[in-house]
Amino acid sequence: MNKKKSLAYYESIEGWLFISPTLVGAIIFLLIPFLVSIYLSFTEYSLIELPRFIGFQNFQRLIRDISFWKSLLSTCYFAFTGIPVGLALSLALAVVMNRPIRGITFFRTAYFIPVVTSWVAVGLIWRWLYNPEYGLINWILSLFGLKGPDWLVSKTWAMPAIIIVNIWKNLGFNTMIFLAGLQGIPEDLYEASKLDGANQWQQFHYITLPMISPTTLFLTITSVIGSFQVFDAIYNMTRGGPEESTMVIVYYLWENAFGFLRMGYAAAMAWILFLIVFTLTLIQWRLSSKWVFLP
Amino acid sequence: MGFYYKNLFKTTQTILFYLLLSLGAIIMLAPFLWALSTSLKIPGKEFAYPPEWIPNPVTFSNYKEAFTILPFSKFFINSTKISVTVTITRLFVTSLAGYAFAKLRFRGRDIVFLSLLGTMMLPNAVVIIPQYMLMYYLGWIDTHLPLIIPPSLFFAYGIFLMRQFFLTIPDELRDAARIDGCTEIQIFWHIMLPLAKPGLATLIVISFMWTWNSFMDPLIFIHSTEKMTIPLGLGVFMSQYGTEWRRLMSGTVASTIPIIILYSVLQKYYVRGIALTGIKG
Repeated sequence: MNKKKSLAYYESIEGWLFISPTLVGAIIFLLIPFLVSIYLSFTEYSLIELPRFIGFQNFQRLIRDISFWKSLLSTCYFAFTGIPVGLALSLALAVVMNRPIRGITFFRTAYFIPVVTSWVAVGLIWRWLYNPEYGLINWILSLFGLKGPDWLVSKTWAMPAIIIVNIWKNLGFNTMIFLAGLQGIPEDLYEASKLDGANQWQQFHYITLPMISPTTLFLTITSVIGSFQVFDAIYNMTRGGPEESTMVIVYYLWENAFGFLRMGYAAAMAWILFLIVFTLTLIQWRLSSKWVFLP
Repeated sequence: MGFYYKNLFKTTQTILFYLLLSLGAIIMLAPFLWALSTSLKIPGKEFAYPPEWIPNPVTFSNYKEAFTILPFSKFFINSTKISVTVTITRLFVTSLAGYAFAKLRFRGRDIVFLSLLGTMMLPNAVVIIPQYMLMYYLGWIDTHLPLIIPPSLFFAYGIFLMRQFFLTIPDELRDAARIDGCTEIQIFWHIMLPLAKPGLATLIVISFMWTWNSFMDPLIFIHSTEKMTIPLGLGVFMSQYGTEWRRLMSGTVASTIPIIILYSVLQKYYVRGIALTGIKG
């Protein structure tokens, strides 16, 4: 009896011991900053002086801040345009790849190279590609008789340009995840449907899509969370220009915190961002029961 | 439909799919090839119209210039130092935690694990400002410490990965060792860790690459040139050479080749790590 008790006791101690480095790290670098940032959002703080409590003023200023609302709009534009297109393309690609194809390793490597390259490199390369006079993109368009715009300098085309690059960069990653999901679909479902006379489109619509809906949900949720925090892409392609047309929330936040040293204001912004991301995730989760098929 | 027509249809489909796949692969790789091509051109040739794919003549002078203007070797050393330190530390910290969450029983285990997972949804922007404050008061700004210590200790994705992996190891192994009188630490070190090699391999590859390519944190915490990592150094300095595309491309190619080579060699582990966590939607 006694031995049994002490075994569980030791296991308990060892358990906590094993997770202690991570826990310490989490408390010091995540939990405490998390709590401090709540406080900071109610202060005016420039780092050189001590924080000064100002109540809800930061939030009041945010509501009146046109740049903030613009950045919110740009972020939504980025997320809600890029994600559907990107995921649709990835799924299509995954369906194509989900066959016994020779050279699959080559293809996988090729599609992944953009994923593992840093945004700095990707940004530079694509800025050169988007060059209005000498860039490849406009040259290719000219082959079709089209005159390409001055992509990254145009208020209308800068954001679409970045969205395209973002889709390009993440395609391989999303495709791999979809592929893993596709490979989990039992073959007999397709065979049974063939006996019932289903064609390929019907198979896709009634078998593939439902069976892959958990994966789709996972990707949608993580993509939304990621897209709303986009920074590297903007910094390395346009720095928020031209005229703030590509200014996203985190970029505006970064400018305020480390450029203008308005850290309290930025902290308030960060919290609004958190609430938005949290709410969107919750909404997606609730809606999921309507369209996600759990076998 | 006759057997012959069905076969023809299938073959055509397969050919079509190969074409599509290849087109996609070209789109993925072409920008890099174009950057390479530009980097080997002599001054003026990069503005040739229509664009030339094969540089004629080929020159390496752009690389020479890029390497003299920027302390690339310093950037490389910094990136390597940070990525290696973080990855090795994470090896131990995350596998310990992952194992504990998978196999050990202690009160509050699941709550703590779920909270850890929940932090993945927390925007970095929320904590970055107080983190900066902390680093400022510690005097760690413009050192590598903010880039090494926090990520080494806390790596939610890695813990999740290792836990998934340890869950697949049968309990009997551990029970047998317990009966033989081993302590948990002995079990972990002598039995579990060696068994976890595939999971660890994935952890190493993913952690190294993510740390290497990290941009926003170095941007915030590092200010002096000699301390910069490759992405940061490339980005911050190359913005000075606005339109000198040949040099820009040579710097880019030089910065990208290490990671591309590393990935091509180790891709098996990277892909497996993603598949392991991705399906469990």
